[in-house]
Amino acid sequence: MKTKLAILLIVILLALLPVYAGKYAVYVVIHILLLSIFSLGFNLLFGYTGLLSFGQAGFYAVGAYGCAKILLAYPSLLVGILGGVAFTGVVSLALGVLCIRHTRIYFSMLTLSFGMMIFSLAWKWRDMTGGDDGLVGIPRAPLEIPGLFSVNMVPMENYYYVVLAFAFLAIALFYRLVHSPMGLTLQGIRDSETRTACIGISVRKYRLISFTIAGLYAGLAGALLPPLESTVTPPLAHWGHSAEPVLATLLGGIYSFSGPIVGSVIFYLLKDIIVRFTEYWQICLGIIVVVLVMGFRGGVASIFKRKGGRP
Amino acid sequence: METLVFQGLVGLSVSMYLWLLAAGLTIVFGVLGVLNFAHGSLFMLGGYFTFTYYGLWGVDFWLAIALSLLSVGVVGYFMERFFLRHIYHMEHAYQLLLTFGFILIFDDAVKMIWGGVAKIPPMPGFFEGTVSVVGRPFPVYNLFIIGTGLAVAVVIWLLFEKTWWGKMVRASASDREMAGAIGVNIPTLFTGVFVFGAMLAALGGALGTPVRVVAPGIGAAMIIQAFIITVIGGLGNLKGAFVGAVIVGTLSAFGILLFPVFELFLIFLIMAVVLLLKPQGLFGGG
Repeated sequence: MKTKLAILLIVILLALLPVYAGKYAVYVVIHILLLSIFSLGFNLLFGYTGLLSFGQAGFYAVGAYGCAKILLAYPSLLVGILGGVAFTGVVSLALGVLCIRHTRIYFSMLTLSFGMMIFSLAWKWRDMTGGDDGLVGIPRAPLEIPGLFSVNMVPMENYYYVVLAFAFLAIALFYRLVHSPMGLTLQGIRDSETRTACIGISVRKYRLISFTIAGLYAGLAGALLPPLESTVTPPLAHWGHSAEPVLATLLGGIYSFSGPIVGSVIFYLLKDIIVRFTEYWQICLGIIVVVLVMGFRGGVASIFKRKGGRP
Repeated sequence: METLVFQGLVGLSVSMYLWLLAAGLTIVFGVLGVLNFAHGSLFMLGGYFTFTYYGLWGVDFWLAIALSLLSVGVVGYFMERFFLRHIYHMEHAYQLLLTFGFILIFDDAVKMIWGGVAKIPPMPGFFEGTVSVVGRPFPVYNLFIIGTGLAVAVVIWLLFEKTWWGKMVRASASDREMAGAIGVNIPTLFTGVFVFGAMLAALGGALGTPVRVVAPGIGAAMIIQAFIITVIGGLGNLKGAFVGAVIVGTLSAFGILLFPVFELFLIFLIMAVVLLLKPQGLFGGG
């Protein structure tokens, strides 16, 4: 009951955000929502399935570049975003078939190398991706269904509601997913691959599904970016960017549903606040990571939630 | 033909930095089972310490290198003794995450101490100049690097194959518990191996100071190279790391000439293909 009230309150606060907060706050919240979607997908692989990916930024970039290319050619917001997501789905399914052949450190290295391949394509394939300049001048195209309606997206507040809707949808679907038998199956694979295989479950199939969904979430987060920033650049695909959902998830808590979301809020605000006082925000983050790994592997979420989940 | 020989030598000298870097990483992985994400940062620290001792304080070049190895060794000691030691029993993912935290710390720490600008200290006088190789000028310093890299390879081989310490290390790499049972002090040995690996990285960084820039962020760039090399050669495989370093070093020397656009892509492609087809590395047995 208490949780439901809290969620309701947060939803109302988010829905009314442009009314009581300024442009900058809206911009920050959009970024937090993107990181939340990105991190949720990452955590399906890491927290639920037990696979640590260091290449998620590759899929983020596929979504972002895909959406950007579509918007540049055909300025319609929904087509751009959904097209970018669909494209990422195909890429992550294809790479997933290869990546899930390994687990543990070999999986991490494999995802790292595929992510960096996408980075080098974004960086060097100038005709397609604009090279190190990236793609610029991406329009924040109107949200329209021809013949039905068309909403102007130029005011950022309008675009905020699009992002919010996608984020709610993504979070709700994720909740359904991890509380379904499939969510339990993935956790079973994480805890004991052999035992899960023994009760007749195809470990590979479920890992592939998990990998593809994680890729789709990264792609969605990426596809929502170009209309906001009107530009995409190669660093989006770099492994340094893959580290962001890793850190956010670790901060919030690996073994809880809300961990990646809580972590994304903390990660972004922490960055925003620390940067105001000192340019050395990475060292603070590094110390937090070390402390968390040494002592609090459940993350911030575990401090509030004592029951359930692994320590 | 001349280009081939010349560019091959250039590639070989690049390979030697990579070899020093990858050797420590692969030894630590082989014995401790930890993939140290911050290994590249130790390489970077080696460069910064040498820059300080030699470039700023004017200490003798050789002494400066020795002091940097010692300094990075101390850093490595603290990392292993107070942090890594407590998470050996946990999944690999946590070791990657912990050492990733160290990358962030080291990167900002060097920025705080030395500033964000790249440093290039002067070349020691006796290494200036070039020799003629196939009719082209080749820096003496690069020859020195190639010699040092090969010498280190021999020293490591002797250390592991011919000394009592090396035997203990190999024993605990193949069976930790059994080695402990017959009286090897595993925790101390692990600290020693980690410090040794850290010093190898520092040597690479220190030797690079006169010719490569020392800048924040090179740690992160180097570790990816080291990952590629150790994966190609087989994680934990020392011989593989040497060959892997030569492959990557040569490939980047020729790649820049022949196919500059796809050099980076190609290297990661090789890494992925090796992981998929032969995850134990090109030279891994079994």
